[in-house]
Amino acid sequence: MELTRRDALAALASGGVVAGVGAAGLRQSLADAPDDGVDLPPERERGLLLAVARVVYPSELDGVREFVETYVAGRADARDGYRAAMRDALATVDDRARAWRDEEFLALAPDDRETHLRELGVDTADPDPEGTDAERIRYYVVNELLYALYTSPAGGELVGIGNPQGHPGGTDSYQRGPR
Amino acid sequence: MSGRGESAGADGIDRTPSERVDVCAVGAGPAGALVAHRLADAGYDLVVLEAGERFDPADRLERMERSIRPGHDHLDVWDMGGERDAYSNGGEMFYPLNSARVKGVGGSTNHWQGMVMRLHELDFELESRTGVGADWPVGYGDLRPYYAEAERELGVAGADDNPFAPPREEPFPMPAFRPSHSDSLFADACEGVGVAMHSVPNARNSEPYDGRGECVGYGTCKPVCPSGAKYSADVHVRKAESEGARVIDRAPVQRLVHGDAGNRVDAAVYATPDGREHRQEARQFVLAAGGVETPRLLLLSESERYPDGLANSSGLVGRYFMDHLFAGMGGTLDEPTRQNHVGFITSESHQFYDDADAEVGSFKLEFLNYAGPSPVGTALSADEWGDDLLDDLRGSYGNHVGMGALAGQLPREENRVTLDPTTTDDHGNPVPRIHWSLDERTRNTLERANEIQREILTELGVDVEWTVGPDDTGPAFHHMGTTRMGTDPDESVVNPRLRTHDLANLWIPSSSVFVTGGALNPTLTIAALALKAADHVEAKL
Ligand SMILES: Cc1cc2nc3c(=O)[nH]c(=O)nc-3n(C[C@H](O)[C@H](O)[C@H](O)COP(=O)(O)OP(=O)(O)OC[C@H]3O[C@@H](n4cnc5c(N)ncnc54)[C@H](O)[C@@H]3O)c2cc1C
Ligand code: SF4
Repeated sequence: MELTRRDALAALASGGVVAGVGAAGLRQSLADAPDDGVDLPPERERGLLLAVARVVYPSELDGVREFVETYVAGRADARDGYRAAMRDALATVDDRARAWRDEEFLALAPDDRETHLRELGVDTADPDPEGTDAERIRYYVVNELLYALYTSPAGGELVGIGNPQGHPGGTDSYQRGPR
Repeated sequence: MSGRGESAGADGIDRTPSERVDVCAVGAGPAGALVAHRLADAGYDLVVLEAGERFDPADRLERMERSIRPGHDHLDVWDMGGERDAYSNGGEMFYPLNSARVKGVGGSTNHWQGMVMRLHELDFELESRTGVGADWPVGYGDLRPYYAEAERELGVAGADDNPFAPPREEPFPMPAFRPSHSDSLFADACEGVGVAMHSVPNARNSEPYDGRGECVGYGTCKPVCPSGAKYSADVHVRKAESEGARVIDRAPVQRLVHGDAGNRVDAAVYATPDGREHRQEARQFVLAAGGVETPRLLLLSESERYPDGLANSSGLVGRYFMDHLFAGMGGTLDEPTRQNHVGFITSESHQFYDDADAEVGSFKLEFLNYAGPSPVGTALSADEWGDDLLDDLRGSYGNHVGMGALAGQLPREENRVTLDPTTTDDHGNPVPRIHWSLDERTRNTLERANEIQREILTELGVDVEWTVGPDDTGPAFHHMGTTRMGTDPDESVVNPRLRTHDLANLWIPSSSVFVTGGALNPTLTIAALALKAADHVEAKL
């Protein structure tokens, strides 16, 4: 299954972000380091997000990089304080990797990245924007990515729902029988 | 009293009172909004005082996300809860009041589902026809023209295919939403057991209407429609304002104050966020604060003259509290059922509604389009991710079906809203206390609904996995009965013109005046009553 730019823009639009700037414009904005006190260069921010996405997204998905960069950049930009909170959660993932494994998260093999997230407790944590490290990582990173995917047309199609909740996919699909 | 414009709040909004106006309305839900729009349109000077805030439509997508994503309390979607909204329970059954209302411009219709039906003739004549309950002092015929107007105002999509509905002449303003794939699965089973299905009137645009777009299928209607295709009463608040009405948000009315003679309200005393109190004077007052806050405000407005509260010479303010009760059943089929694409239902059956007698009441059956889990919701609270999560989602989504039902409750004096002197709200006022219980007839009705649901689901070949019946039922969030209508001032609070018996300029267009509740969602009837009240108020101006 191919995730397309259309999915990212559709997901963005249903999150209230006017996608008029276009994907390129949004990626551009992710290239700027915001002045939020979080020590995380934009390139690293993108790398970490993508690395987590590769853990939490199904392996049969293609086009993850563009989807994540377009979607997350647009969203994080659109909401006050949201990107800072997300960046802070990403920085925590990295800090813990350095402390516990003596490696940067991005230097870990894919399986070890997953193990690291589980050891942080992110898989079983209850998402909470104001919670513990694991709860905030779950909320701002993992659930951010899962929300983007499973409210998008491609994510819906993966599961077998033509118009997933949160996506304004019109009023035809509920009337149609299975294909 | 301060003059208008003298002080503005921290948000720069002037919340000081206007010079004595023609009409002051309390509450900006559908009842208050429709009256305000009508009277402003007719050229009257009007102030609406609303306890909650003015929600920004641009925030709806964020509210939708809050409703889908775990990590937020469901009350956070519309900022309910806390000291402002404190309440308590005193009856046999717990009543979750804050899940059942929204405070803010648009009122509870911000959160509502938007199913809108006319009550049946039977509901107005329940005692005469069945020997239980009571009769209304007005009949279906009296409300009929107002129902048609209400359907135009709200924008109702419907079809004339319901053989059990009360008579109507004019078509619905918009065509009905077409049946779902899931409905088509139910259709054969229903035919097999002799149950007739028909469309559902929805206050939701099936095509562009009244400047709002058609439904685009976000699937989150309850608790929030980001597109505005679902009607909510902020629509009429905006219309009223464009006709010159003044709507003051974050202005909870603390009490109504009567004049020396005791037969007229002089002013509504309201609080503002800066901690001050103001008096809004008016010739006529319209109390539209919903079925719980309306009786509460009357009780809070006690005076030397009226120690038991305003408009309460009958002692019935707060009594006869009613809601509709839910019965449901569902399970899985061995084929795709295509649920959770939209957040509303497209088929019901009112076949058994008029069979009501002394033992079993009216009920309606609903065929759900949102049975079982929504994949995104499951994904966000799962302990798995990656391929394992996708496998889970594919396994859990796809073949659920479900049915709902609403049953009516008899009006009983002991079900009531009182003041709880042991707990106070953010302004030091006693909070509402809900005393709520179920009568035997309602239990019978829920059982009967379950029986028919089981028959249909069995015919359909469903593996029944859940049932909600008399022992675990819950309320549908329709607050009715607490200032009932009648001709006898000893037996009722308002007269058939919706004016309180005791005060000559106090009007209540609300489900609180319902004498019986039927088993149909109340808001179309509230809207019809609001339009009727507007006529009566106008006649006095
Ligand atoms: C989850 C849910 C689903 C629903 N679904 C349906 C449905 O499908 N169909 C249907 O017909 N009905 C439905 N309802 C019920 C419907 O929302 C109400 O019947 C309707 O909103 C009542 O209108 P109202 O104007 O009387 O009161 P509300 O809409 O409750 O508005 C009252 C307003 O008064 C304000 N207020 C209260 N006290 C004061 C005070 N002291 N001073 C100033 N302002 C005050 C409140 O803040 C509020 O904004 C649903 C309700 C809920 C909660
Ligand atoms: S499905 Fe519901 S939430 Fe979505 S646009 Fe239609 S009415 Fe609004």
